[in-house]
Amino acid sequence: MATVGHALLILGLVVAVYGVAASLYGVRTGQRAWVDSGRRSMYAIAGVMTFAFLIIEVAFLRSDFSYNIVASASSTTTPTFYKAAAVWSTQQGSLLLWVWLLSLWSSLALFLTRRRVREIVPYATAILLGFCSFFTMLTILFANPFSTSANPPAEGAGLDPLLRHTTMMIHPPMVYTGYTMLTIPFAFALGALITGRLSAEWIQVTRRFALAAWLCLGIGVLLGARWSYTELGWGGYWAWDPVENAALMPWLLSTAFLHSIMIQEKRGMLKVWNVSLILATGTMAIIGTFLVRSGILSSIHAFVSDPTLNISFVVLIAVMIIASVSLVVYRRAELRSESQLDSLLSREAVFLIQNLVLVALTAVIFWLTFFPLISEAVTGQEQSIGPPTFRPFVVPLALVIVLLSGIGPIIAWRRVTVANLRRNFAFPTAAAVVAAVLLLTAVSGVGGHTFALLMFCFGTFALAAVAQEFWRGVRARRAMTHEAAPIALFSLVRRNRRRYGGYTVHAGLAVLLIGVAGSSTFQHQRYATMKPGQSANIDGYNIRYVRSTAVPSAQKISFGAVLDVTKGGHHVTTLRTSYGIYPSQDPSLGVVGRFFNSNSVESRIGLDAGPFHDIWTVVNAADVPPLQPYITEGDAKFASLLTAISKLPPSAQSSQLSTLFALRDRLITELTQRFVTHPWPVQFLLIVSPLVSWLWFGGIIVAFGGLIALWPIPVLARRRVRSAAYAARLARDLA
Amino acid sequence: MDPSRKRRIRLTVALTAALLLASALVYTSFSAGEDVVTTSQLLKQAKPGETYILGGTVVSDQHDGSVLMFRVRDPKLDESVPIRYKGLVPDPFAVGRGILVTVQDQGGQFVGQPGSLTTKCPSKFQDANAKAA
Repeated sequence: MATVGHALLILGLVVAVYGVAASLYGVRTGQRAWVDSGRRSMYAIAGVMTFAFLIIEVAFLRSDFSYNIVASASSTTTPTFYKAAAVWSTQQGSLLLWVWLLSLWSSLALFLTRRRVREIVPYATAILLGFCSFFTMLTILFANPFSTSANPPAEGAGLDPLLRHTTMMIHPPMVYTGYTMLTIPFAFALGALITGRLSAEWIQVTRRFALAAWLCLGIGVLLGARWSYTELGWGGYWAWDPVENAALMPWLLSTAFLHSIMIQEKRGMLKVWNVSLILATGTMAIIGTFLVRSGILSSIHAFVSDPTLNISFVVLIAVMIIASVSLVVYRRAELRSESQLDSLLSREAVFLIQNLVLVALTAVIFWLTFFPLISEAVTGQEQSIGPPTFRPFVVPLALVIVLLSGIGPIIAWRRVTVANLRRNFAFPTAAAVVAAVLLLTAVSGVGGHTFALLMFCFGTFALAAVAQEFWRGVRARRAMTHEAAPIALFSLVRRNRRRYGGYTVHAGLAVLLIGVAGSSTFQHQRYATMKPGQSANIDGYNIRYVRSTAVPSAQKISFGAVLDVTKGGHHVTTLRTSYGIYPSQDPSLGVVGRFFNSNSVESRIGLDAGPFHDIWTVVNAADVPPLQPYITEGDAKFASLLTAISKLPPSAQSSQLSTLFALRDRLITELTQRFVTHPWPVQFLLIVSPLVSWLWFGGIIVAFGGLIALWPIPVLARRRVRSAAYAARLARDLA
Repeated sequence: MDPSRKRRIRLTVALTAALLLASALVYTSFSAGEDVVTTSQLLKQAKPGETYILGGTVVSDQHDGSVLMFRVRDPKLDESVPIRYKGLVPDPFAVGRGILVTVQDQGGQFVGQPGSLTTKCPSKFQDANAKAA
């Protein structure tokens, strides 16, 4: 099947190249049949890539180690769920996933637009097929998932233990869905620029894809943060790492785009800005993929840098930038705004300022992410910068974003009046002031952290503003229909999904950033080396190491600890943390040693998550010095026994080996149990963080709001909108 | 006020703000950035008491009680230095993987600062392992 898989990739490339040619030939000659054929090429690629992906999935599920990527990322003992997801833990598999998702989403977009924006679609098809060609070519030439080995190993290396986490299995497809979907508005924007059809129509047909991309990318980023918090064993959720930033940057730009297109749709303004923004977002999605897969930034997230792969990506990104800039400059006259900004105190102005802040934030992150490369190019010496360099820029900009997310929904379009200010701002401002007073009087130490205090107040302002809008909407609906409040709320949201979905997102963002401010400003952490019976204090909590645990299994050896947490003499919670060691496949470590001295390890954190604080701990049992003499002795004895057995006749070897391995397993069990019977001191990292749960809860609200905004409006309402739009157009024409 | 004049003023203010932000960003990043040295650079430059961020590949590791001893190799040259590190070791730390660690020259011995050891993201190791093998 590997040959079939490889042939499918080649077929996909041929079809993609044909599709590009057919689309361009069709639009140039005006022959619709060629354009349709180009579109159908995308459907064909989606089918071909689905088949190819299935082949590789089946190889993983069957543990077919003749495939090199299966041997390197899976094993017979890997649980089925992780076997299926191990595909995208490899470079080759993830690039195949990229092409597959791109072909699926592009097919959907082209299907939905088959009778709309007819002038733009052929160019968009050609561009999307161009992306398909590029990524398929990469899989064929540089990262072939179907490469096989003539002498496959009996057992695979297994999936990295740190990736055996539910969120990590969903995170990559989510991020890739976001990246690939962002290429769709990019392609349509370029198509609009090529054809000069620069009305808001291309935006209307691709808005839903931009929104879905934003949603998926956001969920992906959040899942990555959750994985980092619960799996990586350092207690944080965001480290301003290049790979994290790679997903955050297009998310920020797409947030700006989703807001600014409202101004173009409503007032015909910001055309250059919108088209530039989505072109930059699409390019940033490719840069994100490049950062993740190329290894160009050789700091923390450095991967194996493949110069050929890097050059290919650089060429693609350069082509995207040159084409985007050239077309925007070429069409600048047609991209003039139809109206002007009436006042800086208007919703348009707030959206514009919010856009500028989001773009500035992206620029800051971009600069600091690429700074190691920039510094090396300028000074000849690579420099490293950490999270403290990000904070002075990111925190103030984030504060402005939260404040604007509260102002945006309640400020009037065109020009604000004193009456509007009084009517809409009184309640949110009062809520923010009350929050400030309560925090300063009831919570000690808040006054010394200005940025955190401001974030709490601005977040409260945004939440109050959103609550006020919901309240007013429900009240107006109840006045009209006399519905019960919950039904009125449901109907209100159902009929104005984009608006109220957006408001929900604003509320979620406020909650999320309050969580970030609280957890990053008021976190306490310390290291403590303890033996059972000993305890350590942190932020008023007493954490006592009650007992050690040890669990040997076929999959891993797990050393654990049970900790009792008390405050003021009262029991708060019991934490359980463990350190798992997966057996190494390296025979040089010894028959016994490979079970204890393996580099394949995984920490399980002990976490008590609450609405106001998280108590977090992890044990580091990497060092097993008290066991080392026994391990060394065991290795020597088993090595000599193995030598002796190898000299026996083959018929006698089997039974002797089974006895030997049974002895080995018994020794491993006994050695592991010594952690319980003769425990040695181990190191713990103890963290108490306030408001971490707000971050996850806020993220869920954001995702929920995004889903509301994304959900298709009912057929009846759509008809009503179309009729209203038609009436408005007719009225304009008659006027 | 004349609308075109108003627009010019707004543009000037926006560009000035952008310029100020960019200047602050460039200045801060260059002043806050710390040199990442390779093994060979560390061996040439190291002065007692000074700290350095060392980047490289782990070539061997050994636990001695709660102390981790490992050697870091220059990715381009065949030179390595021993590091003595006491602190929480990230799970992805392993022989063959790239790391960053802040080290201090303590009389000819390089001692890693606790909590400064960072390793590559585990989701990106696959090729590194394959190629190393």
